[in-house]
Amino acid sequence: MKRIKGGEEDGNGSSSESSPEACKKVRTQTSEESEEEEEEEEASETPESDWVRLPQELLLHVFQYLPLLDRAYASQVCRRWNQAFHMPELWRYFEFELNQPASSYLKATHPDLIKQIITRHSNHLQYVSFKVDSSTESAEAACNILSQLVNCSLKTLGLISTARPSFMEVPKSHFISALTVVFVNSKSLSSLKIDDTPVDDPSLKVLVANNRDTLKLLKMSSCPHVSPAGILCVADQCYGLRELALNYHLLSDELLLALSSEKHVHLEHLRIDVVSENPGQHFHTIKKTSWDAMVRHSPKFNLVMYFFLYEDEFGPFFNEEVPVTHLYFGRSVSKEVLGRVGLHCPRLVELVVCANGLRPLDEELIRIAKRCTQLSAIGLGECEVSCSAFVEFVKLCGRRLSQLSIMEEVLIPDHKYSLDEIHWEVSKHLGRVWFPDMMPTW
Amino acid sequence: MVHTCVHWFRKGLRLHDNPALMAALRDCQELYPVFILDPHLHNDTCVGINRWRFLVGALRDLDCSLRKLNSRLFVVRGKPEEVFPELFDKWKVTKLTYEYDTEPYSLSRDQTVTTLAKEHRVEVLYKISHTLYDIDRMIEENNGKAPLTYNRMRAIVKTLGPPKKPIPAPTMEDMKDVKTPCSENHEQKYEMPTLGELGHDTAALGEEQFPGGEQESLRRLDEHMKRTGWVCGFEKPQTSPNSLSPSTTVLSPYVTFGCLSARTFWWRLAEVYQGKKHSDPPVSLHGQLLWREFFYTASVGIPNFNKMEGNPVCTQVDWDTNPEYLAAWREARTGFPFIDAIMTQLRQEGWIHHLARHAVACFLTRGDLWISWEEGQKVFEELLLDGDWALNAGNWQWLSASAFFHQFFRVYSPVAFGKKTDKNGDYIKKYLPLLKKLPAEYIYEPWKAPRSVQQAAGCIVGKDYPHPIAQHEVISKKNIQRMKLAYAKKSTDAAGSPSKKKSVKRSAPSVVDMLRKKDRGK
Repeated sequence: MKRIKGGEEDGNGSSSESSPEACKKVRTQTSEESEEEEEEEEASETPESDWVRLPQELLLHVFQYLPLLDRAYASQVCRRWNQAFHMPELWRYFEFELNQPASSYLKATHPDLIKQIITRHSNHLQYVSFKVDSSTESAEAACNILSQLVNCSLKTLGLISTARPSFMEVPKSHFISALTVVFVNSKSLSSLKIDDTPVDDPSLKVLVANNRDTLKLLKMSSCPHVSPAGILCVADQCYGLRELALNYHLLSDELLLALSSEKHVHLEHLRIDVVSENPGQHFHTIKKTSWDAMVRHSPKFNLVMYFFLYEDEFGPFFNEEVPVTHLYFGRSVSKEVLGRVGLHCPRLVELVVCANGLRPLDEELIRIAKRCTQLSAIGLGECEVSCSAFVEFVKLCGRRLSQLSIMEEVLIPDHKYSLDEIHWEVSKHLGRVWFPDMMPTW
Repeated sequence: MVHTCVHWFRKGLRLHDNPALMAALRDCQELYPVFILDPHLHNDTCVGINRWRFLVGALRDLDCSLRKLNSRLFVVRGKPEEVFPELFDKWKVTKLTYEYDTEPYSLSRDQTVTTLAKEHRVEVLYKISHTLYDIDRMIEENNGKAPLTYNRMRAIVKTLGPPKKPIPAPTMEDMKDVKTPCSENHEQKYEMPTLGELGHDTAALGEEQFPGGEQESLRRLDEHMKRTGWVCGFEKPQTSPNSLSPSTTVLSPYVTFGCLSARTFWWRLAEVYQGKKHSDPPVSLHGQLLWREFFYTASVGIPNFNKMEGNPVCTQVDWDTNPEYLAAWREARTGFPFIDAIMTQLRQEGWIHHLARHAVACFLTRGDLWISWEEGQKVFEELLLDGDWALNAGNWQWLSASAFFHQFFRVYSPVAFGKKTDKNGDYIKKYLPLLKKLPAEYIYEPWKAPRSVQQAAGCIVGKDYPHPIAQHEVISKKNIQRMKLAYAKKSTDAAGSPSKKKSVKRSAPSVVDMLRKKDRGK
């Protein structure tokens, strides 16, 4: 539980040191009262007076446990509680949920509440996110709120599209100007999530100019208006950047080298979405030396790669060693490519294959078990593996496999094992009871 | 004391394995077998024409069987709470029997009727025979909760032992002291429902593939059980969604309406299995019946089971409201032939293979159109012959990865999935004849065919057949991310107070995350 700090706005000027003493005061008071009660059993002490004596800090502490709605109810009880409700500490975090009531399944933040926050609490806000549905109105409403956060010193900002990427429907200039308000005023942005938005290179420059010393996390997958130069500018100047998510077309050797430069902190997490917009698209390659530099500089970093490619677009990938740790194939991937994964991904920790086809992945899986010695989680969707090969795979991985998610249709019974025998064998090698995942028979 | 008894048929439209009916016959001098056409249940929104035809057939069959026992079926129209007091008085009823039904509407309706019965001094007796086991007992065995995994349920079933054996149908001997007073104008007063009675367009009816009724169900059961090799080797996932004639038993509509007793089915299978090597649940035919049991148990143990809101096991997802998408899916014009063929068979025949259901359910919800599973549930309820409240709700939640199932990376491809079992697209050609002339290469993806090929086949995409409603590759990628968001929200909601939230979890978005949610659900 976060420790409460007496803020500058706090009327009674109590500092953090006084809190434990205040607590002690209340404790001694109540223990005195209970002693009195024990002595005079007939005395009927009115309990309301105790509540009035509860210090603001404790009230604040309790309020922090309450969800917003309950807090709002509590704030209507009396003036003191209303004051507590508006203390800055309770307004550090806020998630604006913007949905059109006629078309959304989830509730929206009340517009009056939004108004109140902007007028009374905008300068208290530090960790803010916007969840919007698929309507342009909701995204525009989010931008309107953003434009009004002039006195805000945000540390975290998240723009999240829950259904369709509605921020992309907002006129680009409107979006950029709203976002720029935050970039310029915050000057201490640490975490920024702007996936699926029309952010562009110039606005990234503004972000960097104002927040270069504080930026630690930047997520901008599927931002089509950004170029490799734009993101390179971020890497070149934000030495504290620890987490980055972007699309493959923004990745370059220069970017990786910038992230591995001496001044740069250790990178913790790099997520790359490799997405094909048109069948037969060509993808550039990244030099092995650039990846090597990354691993040297940040030996523990997670490299998460999501592939949404057509089967014939994998040519540029997995021909040399790549330090990927979490690998996810969103569509069909060929046996051949999975064979290359086994050869060139020694740091692999998790592997998910949505679909492969009708030829069994026996050799490929066994190779992965042998060479990806860190592998601890695997998920197979529409693939085929013979039961014997699967047992061999599990035997080779042993107990390091903490997650094994295989659809039951994946396993092909053979002369050695049937479907019901296999779950025993696998459970034996895993050291826990295991069943394949099943789909109900409708 | 001798009784004047009403046996109330709702589901359980059969004479075999009907303990409530047998209870009605005990010490009975007058018997009134009744079926109530309840406007709440029997209207043209809830019941499509194929379902209606099936029900009408089942009722005729029931009447026919009752006649052989010197009895008749009384079809009464109206709300049960209004109809019963009249009948209690008119017939001087002293006992009411019925087969227990776990649906929320049924439970509340039966509660009302029981209260009314008490007021009229009618003894009420119900028996459990629609499910293999007593569902409440099943929940009790699981510490008061519905099991959320099939394997957990199997473990409970093991401790409960095999289901009760079915009892035979009443014989003339059982009926010897029982009379069913029948007036001359019985046909007018309690007439069998007609096909057009609910206002359906009967001209649209296709050939009847699956006639309703107990006789038909027992005949089909006999026929299938004869194929003992097939029964023993049966593994449902290996059957084909798009074979030209059903590759499974299609006994499900009969079990849904109660024309066939689940216990009878179970024990007939046990006879066939005896001594022979056979497949095991979940893929075996016994497994199918256990899946049904699983969803019935879930539907009783989980509140608001047919909705997302207020349903504690259902992931809260901000599905899109998009009437055009929904209509295109419902009316078989998504531009994806595999999907459209399935939806066409569904509307024409009232039955589709379970894997076909998976494909269209995934397509509507998390796979492509991002529309709420509750909408799909409504369409299936109307069109499926074996549409069952509990199974429908449960399967829709499963397929949309809203509950029970969390490996949302496993998406059915509307193009590739059907190709596996039907390379030439014969199934598509059967149900979408306008695509008949397209070569196998393009039949699953006609938009890829060159103009000349489309012209030669007499089917231009965009003119004769719609463009694909969404680009599967693009949209499924977005949807996987949205699903992940919905799951992330699930775990932060559980944490409660907003002051705890700093930023969404930063660790690798991964299989681990997806699977951890599953464990929490158990």
